[in-house]
Amino acid sequence: MSTFNPKDILWEETVPGGNHWSGLMRRGSALRFTDLQGGANVSLLLYNFEEKLERYNMPDSLKAQHTAFLTTGNVCYSDMGRVMCSFIHDTVGWHDTMCGISDAKLIEQKYGVANYQTHRNDMYRSAKDGLLIELAKHGLGQRDLVANVNLFSKVSANNTGGLVFNAGNSKAGDVVDLRFDMNVLVVLSTSPHPLDTAATYKPSDVLLTAWHAGNAKEDDVCRNKCEQNQRGFINTERFYAH
Amino acid sequence: MLTESKFLPQDAVLSETCNAGDPWTGIVKKGQTFRILDLEGNQAVDTLFYNADDATERYSAVDTIQRQGQIYLTTGSVLYSTEGNPMLTITADTCGRHDTIGGACSAESNTTRYALSKRPMHSCRDSFMHAITHSACVIERNITKRDITANINFFMNVPVTSDGGLSFADGISAPGKYVEMRAEMDVLVLISNCPQLNNPCNAYNPTPIQLLVWN
Repeated sequence: MSTFNPKDILWEETVPGGNHWSGLMRRGSALRFTDLQGGANVSLLLYNFEEKLERYNMPDSLKAQHTAFLTTGNVCYSDMGRVMCSFIHDTVGWHDTMCGISDAKLIEQKYGVANYQTHRNDMYRSAKDGLLIELAKHGLGQRDLVANVNLFSKVSANNTGGLVFNAGNSKAGDVVDLRFDMNVLVVLSTSPHPLDTAATYKPSDVLLTAWHAGNAKEDDVCRNKCEQNQRGFINTERFYAH
Repeated sequence: MLTESKFLPQDAVLSETCNAGDPWTGIVKKGQTFRILDLEGNQAVDTLFYNADDATERYSAVDTIQRQGQIYLTTGSVLYSTEGNPMLTITADTCGRHDTIGGACSAESNTTRYALSKRPMHSCRDSFMHAITHSACVIERNITKRDITANINFFMNVPVTSDGGLSFADGISAPGKYVEMRAEMDVLVLISNCPQLNNPCNAYNPTPIQLLVWN
């Protein structure tokens, strides 16, 4: 169970729906993502802040934990066998990491066009454009755009592998807390999930609340979720040994 | 969906064997047909594709899954790029299901999945690293670790249940089974013929494959 004392809060910031954000989260800090209106989506990418070639790896995260989605107890693995961040608390229950992001063409096909000229900051933006803008600020680009996590969104598979988007998976006030186990460059977009069935472009705002959580303890729920995660944390701890 | 090919091996313009654990690279031109043949069965062929003219455009597992609303690959599946362009279309498949969420094993991920002591074992991503530092057609396109992303595992069976369970199941391939695809653009193929000795899905016995191309 993750609850934090208000005195441990480092900062708070709201990312409006459809917008994008990036920042450094140091090892031992945590971020609460709060879905403010319901139906939020956060397309999330993670990079080792000191060595950005090391990054979130979707297949390694899924197969190490024998799961097709992420929730409390799960961690995000880098491609170097280390734990980048941990799902320490989650009221949503299912976060997608198999379906990728929207691009400008998809947004136009689904919702039409609303540009800055006519709609100012209410313009429609794709997750891909938002992520590339943030990646570029850190010297990264197209080649660093890999399979991401979609916080708050649920897509399951039927018995023949067909995808089912679960509308209403996240309600207003739902939260997911990620503890960062490495120094992580977080890059995100709050644009809609690519399979979102909503007829209008109205992605929810997401509140980011950062606090000091400390490193994973011996009895940590994510460390002890499975033997694989215990070894993943050992790899991370060896990386930061000094 | 099980479908057979109309192409005959003797008409192929390229036919090469790739041993267990080895990487393989090659160019398949737009309109050509590329076959991966599982010679001895239950092999997993970890495969990446790049636009041969601009390798920053590459195979995207998540685009392929999302754009088709389907996590498994078989006849009719279109393999999409990071730019949303069709790279190849699967035109024949005698196996019936191929995986694109299981990724490639690596020395580092083997430490978490199996044991810390497994790091020195041969792995797919080490084979990719060998290829990107030795293969001329890869080096000249400036393909580096940045470009090694979620791949296709041809012949690999990774079932996902409706409640989100995921497992590595026994292979559904057998000796002589193949998958065949038509290139929709000129593509560079990068293969690690999986040497995995930790996963029982191939009875701990990695085996060779054959690669064929027809005009």
